[in-house]
Amino acid sequence: MIKKILIYSFLIITSILTLIPFMWMIGASFMFDGKASVFPPIFLPDPFTLTQYQILFERLNVWRNFFNSLLLSSMVTILYITFTSMAGYAFAKYRFAGKKVLFNLLLSSMIIPSQVTMLPLFLLLKSMGFINTYMAIIIPGLANIFGIFLIRQYCLSIPDSLIEAARMDGATDFQVYRKVILPLAVPILVTLAIFSFLGTWNDFLWPLIALTDDSMYTLPVALANLMLEHTKDPELMMAGSVVTIIPVIIVFLALQKYYIKGIMMGSVKE
Amino acid sequence: MNFKQSQTAAYFFLAPAMSAIFVFFFLPVIAAFIMSFTDFDIYALGDLGSVRFVWFNNYIKLFDDPLFFTALKNTFYFVIVAAPLSIGVSLGAALLLNSKLVKFKAIFRLSYFIPVVTTLVAVAIVWRFIYHPKFGIINYILSLIGIAPVDWLGDTTTAMPAIILMSVWKSFGYNMIIFIAGLQNIPEDLYEAASIEGASGWQKFKSITVPMLAPTTIFISLITMIGYFQFFAEPYIMTQGGPLNSTLSVVQYMYQEGFRWWNMGYSASIAFVFFFIIMIGTLIQLKIQKSTE
Amino acid sequence: MKLSFRKFIFLFLPISLGLFSCSKDNESETIIKFWAMGAEAEYVTKLVPEFERLNPGIKVKVQQVPWTAAQEKLVTAFASDNTPDACQLGNTWVPQFSALNAIIPLDEFIKASEQIKKEKYFAGIWETNVLDNHTYGIPWYMDTRVMFYRKDVFEKVGYKDPPKTWAELLDLSKKIKAMHPKEEKYAIYLPTNEWAPFVMFGMEAGSSLLKNEDTRGDFSSKEFKEAFRFSIDFHRHNLAPIGISQVTNVYQAFADEYFSIYISGPWNIPEFKKWMKGNLSDKWMTAPMPGYSNNYPGVSLAGGSSLVIFKNSNHKKEVWRFFEFLSQAKTQIEFYQMLNNLPSVKKAWENPIFRDDPYMQAFYSQFTNVRATPKIPEWEQIAFAKVQQYAELAARNSMNIDEALKNLDKDVDRILEKRRWIVEQKKIK
Repeated sequence: MIKKILIYSFLIITSILTLIPFMWMIGASFMFDGKASVFPPIFLPDPFTLTQYQILFERLNVWRNFFNSLLLSSMVTILYITFTSMAGYAFAKYRFAGKKVLFNLLLSSMIIPSQVTMLPLFLLLKSMGFINTYMAIIIPGLANIFGIFLIRQYCLSIPDSLIEAARMDGATDFQVYRKVILPLAVPILVTLAIFSFLGTWNDFLWPLIALTDDSMYTLPVALANLMLEHTKDPELMMAGSVVTIIPVIIVFLALQKYYIKGIMMGSVKE
Repeated sequence: MNFKQSQTAAYFFLAPAMSAIFVFFFLPVIAAFIMSFTDFDIYALGDLGSVRFVWFNNYIKLFDDPLFFTALKNTFYFVIVAAPLSIGVSLGAALLLNSKLVKFKAIFRLSYFIPVVTTLVAVAIVWRFIYHPKFGIINYILSLIGIAPVDWLGDTTTAMPAIILMSVWKSFGYNMIIFIAGLQNIPEDLYEAASIEGASGWQKFKSITVPMLAPTTIFISLITMIGYFQFFAEPYIMTQGGPLNSTLSVVQYMYQEGFRWWNMGYSASIAFVFFFIIMIGTLIQLKIQKSTE
Repeated sequence: MKLSFRKFIFLFLPISLGLFSCSKDNESETIIKFWAMGAEAEYVTKLVPEFERLNPGIKVKVQQVPWTAAQEKLVTAFASDNTPDACQLGNTWVPQFSALNAIIPLDEFIKASEQIKKEKYFAGIWETNVLDNHTYGIPWYMDTRVMFYRKDVFEKVGYKDPPKTWAELLDLSKKIKAMHPKEEKYAIYLPTNEWAPFVMFGMEAGSSLLKNEDTRGDFSSKEFKEAFRFSIDFHRHNLAPIGISQVTNVYQAFADEYFSIYISGPWNIPEFKKWMKGNLSDKWMTAPMPGYSNNYPGVSLAGGSSLVIFKNSNHKKEVWRFFEFLSQAKTQIEFYQMLNNLPSVKKAWENPIFRDDPYMQAFYSQFTNVRATPKIPEWEQIAFAKVQQYAELAARNSMNIDEALKNLDKDVDRILEKRRWIVEQKKIK
């Protein structure tokens, strides 16, 4: 019995401790300038105000950055699951020359950190005229080996008999993909979609390098820019953080089942 | 369907992803490799003809560069402290949440996990204020137990620990989920058999849980290590690499050299040494994994 | 359901892409894109309506860039062919952008202009924009660094007037420190993450900082060594606080007498005024830098921002009109009143607000002896990454002076290796 009480209290206290930064963040975002810089720190805004959000959206045009983030995350996600599902399916269900070599090459390249590519990628995209455009963000997000690997894993477990049956009904390869494989793969597709959406939304280093106009910035870059200017304005910065975090939390809460499953799947058989 | 038809169809499905990966990933990797043997810099941006092949000069310079070693030292410090800490905390949380005594698991699991999905930049900014010497929550909590305020981000000895704490807070939920899956895979009857033989909780943990979790633990330490090695946003937002370069990370140094001072050839060589180190670390971990199987 | 959702996105995609990535150049008026930093961006926006009123058909779009990221962003913009039409550029950055071939020489514009002429500006400041006998920028506002000091503390140790020589500065500092032997108080704040004072003292002692046409470090020279020793000694003799973390708020520390001297620029005047209020308000003053031996004032940095035009701009003539607007004495004074940025145009200084402002006298006097730092692209890296690093090591006694300067020269030589090669190539041609 005592053990139970101890465990519960420990859990409750640590949960609260984990969430304290968010509680302060939200509280401070509704305060007037200077009200958050007090000792001892306060969590409840008094008086409550929306002025920081007003400043963000009216004066600083953060709505533009929000739109950029939303548009880019959505577009990248759609293209990503399209590209990776096609490739993963091919690796799982088709025979072709060079399959083993290609797959092993891709697998071993998973170890290369993306930062290695950033400089030449920057120069390459610059020569294509894509720096400071949406393409600069979309292009690196089109496909990755992790996604292809997971899709392949999943497709391997789809019975060949289903595919055979569809072929016998006269379906073309693409129709098999669209009508048989994709519907069956919805769980893994949703999982990958979440990873891609969150990954693109939260991405920082690359957008920092590739976007130069503040009207093109995604939220994290706009936020960092804001931080460098307003180091002494916690209330404004907290409002910016809230705006940046809320969408990802919503997406996560709505689809957490898939997300958590995806993490566990990625860890099995590595 | 014959092989040729199969192959054509396969190539069609592979084409989009493979082209993207080859042109925008593999090609840049190769280009970066070549670039690391040149002195591509700001003069080159203005006049491409001023680029020279300097062969291994960049790498030699790197080994003579005290700032690089500082960045390396800081990065190792970060990884060596943060990784075990994070893994320990995740394991602890997983064990707690796996306990049969606990109901409402979902709520607790959610609270621990939320930091994982949030944007690192937004969170780093919040923590920057949490660490404020006068008005931050951390110093307030410390004052309640009689400890004088600490300038966490402004003092060379506390800056890195401060960043480590934030990093662990942000990421322990992720590994916790994997540990929970691993724990649930351990057959119940092992524990029952041990109970019958009179083993204590600690003994059960030591002789059943730990060995059964070994593959999971190794996997987790691998991905955690690789992830932490790449830390950039934390020092960039919270300390700009300071104070006095005590929080400068390798990726940050690479970014500075490449995108602030425009010594791009040099920056490319940093990137490759970085890659090499990660590769070695991974191989070592895989070797350990092989030997435990 | 999945299919129709995808169809929707595929339709939405090109429309939104089209909406947001196409340029807006199909308007009858000219739009100038102007990048400015920090507070200047906010306030120059206020001057824009007046300009637009006087110049119908020209619109100015101001984009703000924070100082700490400005240089990166500008070079990135250049590297990706995304430069604005014009921008504000810290004058120490002008050499970098001219080496990049990113900005155009303005000699033709200057020759044809009535408003903007070299004689109308302070010589030392104009010079910072001249490379290879071409002028690449117009000084927008100037600044330099002088001593901010506690008048009352100086008087307590017997200095009714601020020190005019290095010897006096040292003597004064020792006396201030001796006033509070038991408390943690210092004479002067010389943080090692600010390279300017260290470099200024070096220039004052006669060092050129770099040698051989700015292709090698000259920090081990007798002159710089002496200056460096002089400034580091303030740390070694405990006359200055060593860490940066002890001073989280410079102005508060100054008000608390944590230190009594700080070398800084005009941008700090409003903050100091804010913190030194009430009975503290008449206890501080500014003074020009002390000289090495017999000259006064001593050398200070020719700082400030310039206005430059990017090569890729399609609206150079309109930009020049904007520059002329910003260079009018009247506009410069308005700008000063908003921000305390000192006018670069001599005429503006005749205005009573400068003559009557006691804090301005030191600056006006200092401007007669300001010098530019080496006008090379690598200077930023040398100053920020290297000078500061070695000042720190020497101040903490982790390295002795000779060793620190030798290593500094070594690092600087390495940074300048490419420049050496380029200069030699030019000679061969």
